[in-house]
Amino acid sequence: MQSFRKIKTILTPLDKVNVDTDQIVPKQFLKLVQKSGFGKFLFYNWRYDDHEHLKSDFILNDPKYKYSKILVAGDNFGCGSSREHAVWALLDYGISVVIAPSFADIFYSNCFKNGLLPITLDDETIEKLQREIGEVEVDLENQKIRTSSENISFDIDSHKKKILLEGLDDIAQTLLYEKKISEFEKHSKIPSVL
Amino acid sequence: MNITEKILARASGRQRVVPDDIIFANVDKVMVHDVSGPGVIKVFDKLKKQGINVDKLWDPTKVWVAEDHFVPSADKLSAQNVVLLSNFTKNYGIEKHFKYGMGQYGICHTLSHEEALVLPGEVYVGGDSHTNTTGALGSFACGLGHTDVAYVLLNGKIWFKVPETLYFKLNGKLPEHVMAKDFILKIIGDISTEGGAYKTMQFGGSGINEMSVESRLTLCNMTTEAGAKNGIVEPDQKVIDYLVSRGAKNISLVNGDSDAEYEKIYEYEGSEMEPIVAKPFSPENISIVREAPSVELDKSYIGSCTGAKYEDLEAAAKILKGRKVKIRTEVLPASISIYKRAMENGLLKIFLDAGVTIGPPTCGACCGAHMGVLAKDEICISTTNRNFPGRMGHVESQTYLSSPLVAAASAVTGKITDPRDLN
Repeated sequence: MQSFRKIKTILTPLDKVNVDTDQIVPKQFLKLVQKSGFGKFLFYNWRYDDHEHLKSDFILNDPKYKYSKILVAGDNFGCGSSREHAVWALLDYGISVVIAPSFADIFYSNCFKNGLLPITLDDETIEKLQREIGEVEVDLENQKIRTSSENISFDIDSHKKKILLEGLDDIAQTLLYEKKISEFEKHSKIPSVL
Repeated sequence: MNITEKILARASGRQRVVPDDIIFANVDKVMVHDVSGPGVIKVFDKLKKQGINVDKLWDPTKVWVAEDHFVPSADKLSAQNVVLLSNFTKNYGIEKHFKYGMGQYGICHTLSHEEALVLPGEVYVGGDSHTNTTGALGSFACGLGHTDVAYVLLNGKIWFKVPETLYFKLNGKLPEHVMAKDFILKIIGDISTEGGAYKTMQFGGSGINEMSVESRLTLCNMTTEAGAKNGIVEPDQKVIDYLVSRGAKNISLVNGDSDAEYEKIYEYEGSEMEPIVAKPFSPENISIVREAPSVELDKSYIGSCTGAKYEDLEAAAKILKGRKVKIRTEVLPASISIYKRAMENGLLKIFLDAGVTIGPPTCGACCGAHMGVLAKDEICISTTNRNFPGRMGHVESQTYLSSPLVAAASAVTGKITDPRDLN
C-alpha cells in the first residue's frame, strides 16, 4: 500500500450527495479478474455517453481538473454495495483524497486498506472548498488543508492516520507484532465461540 | 448490555463492552460470493507478493461460498469468475460452495437462513453489504470490504468498534396489506440513508414478536440502506423452530439484559402503518402508495434477498391469483429451496397463469447485472433494496422500491397500486 503524507493540487468539486459505489464503479466492471485498471471505469456512467465518448458536461472530463487528486463531494459518499473496487478505481484514476461531510461505513473502512484519505468536514467548510479555484494542500501529518486564504484543520483517528502515513495496512501493521501475538496466543484463554 | 453488546463481549472474551470500545472478535462464519470472492483472491495475490503466507485458511469449515451475482454466467468474464471461485474453494478445501446447476444454490443472504448456516449469538461477516440480513436470526452480522474478508479468512478474527444501538419498537401487528418492507422503508424515510451510520438497528416490541422470521429478515436486510453496521432482532422460539427445521443443532440464544441501554428508542404503532414506496433515486425518498405519483410502469420485478423469500412469493401470489399482469413481470425465487416450495405449493402455476416469467435464483437485475435490466427511461417497481441511478440498468431508468404485495398489485394495473385498491 502507498503511504500518504502531503499533496497539493486543485480540487474537483463533485456537487452530488449519496454518491454510491455503483456510480463510482458500475457493476459490469466488477467481473474483471485483475485488480488494477479500474480507473478507466471510474464514474463510468457520468463520464461516458452510450457510445463510450467522454461527456463534456461532467466535471472530471474538464481538462482543467485532469491533474486534480482531491475530490470534494456531498453527504454519504460511498454508500451502497460494499465493493472495494470503488476505492481501487478512485486510486487508479489518480484521486488520493476525498473530502465530504460524511462517508458510508464500509467505504470509509476500505479507504484505509488501500491508501486513500477520506476527510470529513462540516457542510459550511465543504461549500467554501467547492468554490476554491486555486491549488490546495492536504497535509495529513499536521491534519491541515491549506487554501490560498485559509488553514483548515481536520480530525482523523490517530491509528488510521498512522496507517496512511506509514503505508501499512491492517495486516502489515498486525504482522509487526507477530512475535507478541504468537506468544499471547500460546497462553490465550479466549473461549472459542460456537 | 443489549444483545449486540453481549454477542460482541462473548466473541472478544470480555465480561462487558460499551459503545465505542474497540474489540477484537472471534468470527464464527464467513461468506464470499462471485464478486467478493474474486476480490478476496486479488487481495490474497497482493499479500502473497508481500511474503505473507496465504496457503491456508483459518478454518475452511466456517466459510461458505455463494454464486449469485452473475449466475447463470452473464458473459465470458462472469463465467471466468465462477471458474476462479471454484478453483479457490477446491484449493482451500471449502466444502460449502453452493453451485449454480448443482442442487441448492441462491443468493448468499438467503442461503444464510435457508441452510441455517448462521446461528443465534454468532459473529458472522460477509463480503457483501447486505450481510446485515442475517441479524434477524439473533446474530451479529455485518458486511466487510475484500481486504477485511481476506484478513478474517486467514486469521478468524477482526476488530470492531462496538456500535451504539437505535431501538425500533413496533407496537401491535402490521395490518394485512402492510409488510415488513413497508415498515423498514418508513423507518429509512424517517431517519434517512445515513441515520443508522455505524450504529446497530435493533427491532423489537409486540409487532416484531408477532412477525415471522422471514419478515424480520426483510427488516434487517435494509438496515444497510440506513447505513447501519448491523441489524438485529432478539431471537425467540420462532427462530429456534425455523433453524431446527432446516437442520440446525446446538442452538444457544444470546439475549439482551433487562437493563439494556439504547442510544435512542423510536416507537411505531402497527395499526397506523401504510404501504410505502421509495421513489427514485434513494431508499429514503418515500411516499405512501396511495399518494405516489401516477407513473406508467414498464415492469414489475419480484426478486432479490430482500423480496423473493418464500413469504414474499406467497404475498405476490395472493394478489396475482386469478389475475393477469398488465406489464412485464418477473419472479426470481431467491434460492432453489424456495423455488421448489413455490412449485410444490402451486405458486409457480399462479405466476405463469398470470403471465409472469419465472427466472432462476440470482441477484440478477437487482444490481443491474443481467436477467431483465432496465432500458433508458424504463420505470420499474421492484421488491429489491436500492434505487440509486442506474442500479437496475440504464442510468436514466427509474426504480420504485416496494413490498411484494404492492409490486404484484402494480403489475396488475400498470400503475403504483395499493393492494387494497385492486378490484
